[in-house]
Amino acid sequence: MALKDEENIEAYGQSYNTMTPGSTAKFWRTCVIWQFLRFIAINIKMIVVVGKSH
Amino acid sequence: MARLVVLGGGVAGHTTATFAAKWLGSGHEVVVVTPNAKWNWIPSNIWVGVGKMSKEDVTFDLAPVYAKGGINYKQAKALSLNPEGNESSDKPFVTIEYTEAGKEGQTENVEYDYLVNATGPKLNFGATPGLGEGSQLGEHTVSVCTADHAVHASEELAKCIQKMKNGERQKFLIGTGHGMCTCQGAAFEYIFNIEHELKAAGVRDMADMKWISNESFLGDFGMGGLHIKSMDYTVSSKIFAESLFVERGVKWLIGAHTNKVEAGKIGYELLDGSTGEETFDFAMLIPPFAGVGLKAFNKAGEDITDTVFAPNGFMKVDANYAAGGYENWKASDWPSTYQNPTYSNLFAAGIAFAPPHPISKPMTTPNGTMIVPTPPRTGMPSGIIGKAVAYSVCDLITKGENAHLHEASMADMGAACVASTGTGIFNGTAAAMTVYPVVPDFEKYPGTGRDTDHTFGEIGLAGHWIKRILHTLFIWKAKLNFGWTLIPE
Repeated sequence: MALKDEENIEAYGQSYNTMTPGSTAKFWRTCVIWQFLRFIAINIKMIVVVGKSH
Repeated sequence: MARLVVLGGGVAGHTTATFAAKWLGSGHEVVVVTPNAKWNWIPSNIWVGVGKMSKEDVTFDLAPVYAKGGINYKQAKALSLNPEGNESSDKPFVTIEYTEAGKEGQTENVEYDYLVNATGPKLNFGATPGLGEGSQLGEHTVSVCTADHAVHASEELAKCIQKMKNGERQKFLIGTGHGMCTCQGAAFEYIFNIEHELKAAGVRDMADMKWISNESFLGDFGMGGLHIKSMDYTVSSKIFAESLFVERGVKWLIGAHTNKVEAGKIGYELLDGSTGEETFDFAMLIPPFAGVGLKAFNKAGEDITDTVFAPNGFMKVDANYAAGGYENWKASDWPSTYQNPTYSNLFAAGIAFAPPHPISKPMTTPNGTMIVPTPPRTGMPSGIIGKAVAYSVCDLITKGENAHLHEASMADMGAACVASTGTGIFNGTAAAMTVYPVVPDFEKYPGTGRDTDHTFGEIGLAGHWIKRILHTLFIWKAKLNFGWTLIPE
């Protein structure tokens, strides 16, 4: 049976006290349709910050 | 006719020179002095370092671009400034030494009415025994600071990949090569791009990967970290950074001052005063930065380097260098006009200006070793500063010495950064971030020091697309191609 992501966490090791993404979180990172929407949103956020900085 | 001399053709210097030339027109002269024949889009050196881009993809010849822009280009390095002239003339000048083929070693005094020091950093490999000599990379480690370094790094990486394919485990050590480095972001990009390429090559399980840096927490990046709103929580970059390291199986060693480098191992000291060694088969350690080593002389020929430059070699500007300890730091310590306080026709832009102090909290080991990330000056702030200085100098030239100086404090500007974590049009990812302001202002934004409505970050394929597009856009802009002024810094 394939290990779940959280089963790789080592007790009291560096991985113990942080967030570990699951397969769904990782899926959305490279889902082309969702990332295209994020591309638009991130560009808008960046343009706003660029505008505030000039 | 006035002459503006810009020392340096990197992001800041190139921005200053090209805008000044455009605004001043043919009535005045803009001179660029840089030892390099080529312009380098440094953010993409990471991809050269993993063999995904070539040197030609990230560089172009400066001479034709400066000819197009009406800029007088001298391929030379600056040696010293005489801001008061000399005994025979009151006209200030900079002494340069040519690096251009056929003129190597020839020196010239170039007079100026205004000078902008945008010389960037000296890659101070020599600050750590074994990391290198002076500004030359040593033999034990690789670097991605220049395009040539990155090409060499990719060749060494390819050798390691082949060894792993032959069944030999390899240890990768990436991070900072001194307790006072900056550019943790570049090292962050490199370690995760290597990890991505090892997976693609099918050898990730044969690699041990470790990060070493001078940050007191992962995600500091030389700017004290940042805080991002996530599901109505205000979350430290430490949480997101650690998450990525754990996800990708990269162990970390932080609060470290790398104090020596030998073949196959480094020595370090930690914040608690303990020492240790770390072995490696492949290591990329960012060197600490210093000023390029310009000297300055007064009219009588006396050395006034300490008046014009800070001890680290960066040029003094309108910053508060007497702020004292961390508890006294304010956002207003940071410069806004980048004008030298002693000589009003001298400016510094980009990495070349002396910051008042770090952004991250300085820490010292019980042995007295200072371990503190020094402040980054990434592309966007450097470009904005370069443009503001160009504006100021042009106004001084055209409107007189009482003209208003333009301001661009890093405590009043944001930065958009994209940190690649692996390339690929459908499987690449990058952490896209905005930070506002770059230098935290705890009086204006109590708590985090930043406007959390305009400070954000997320990792995904969209970030990779953005970084790839920025590569094309900024090279287009730097080449002064059609519409170049429409692309913001």
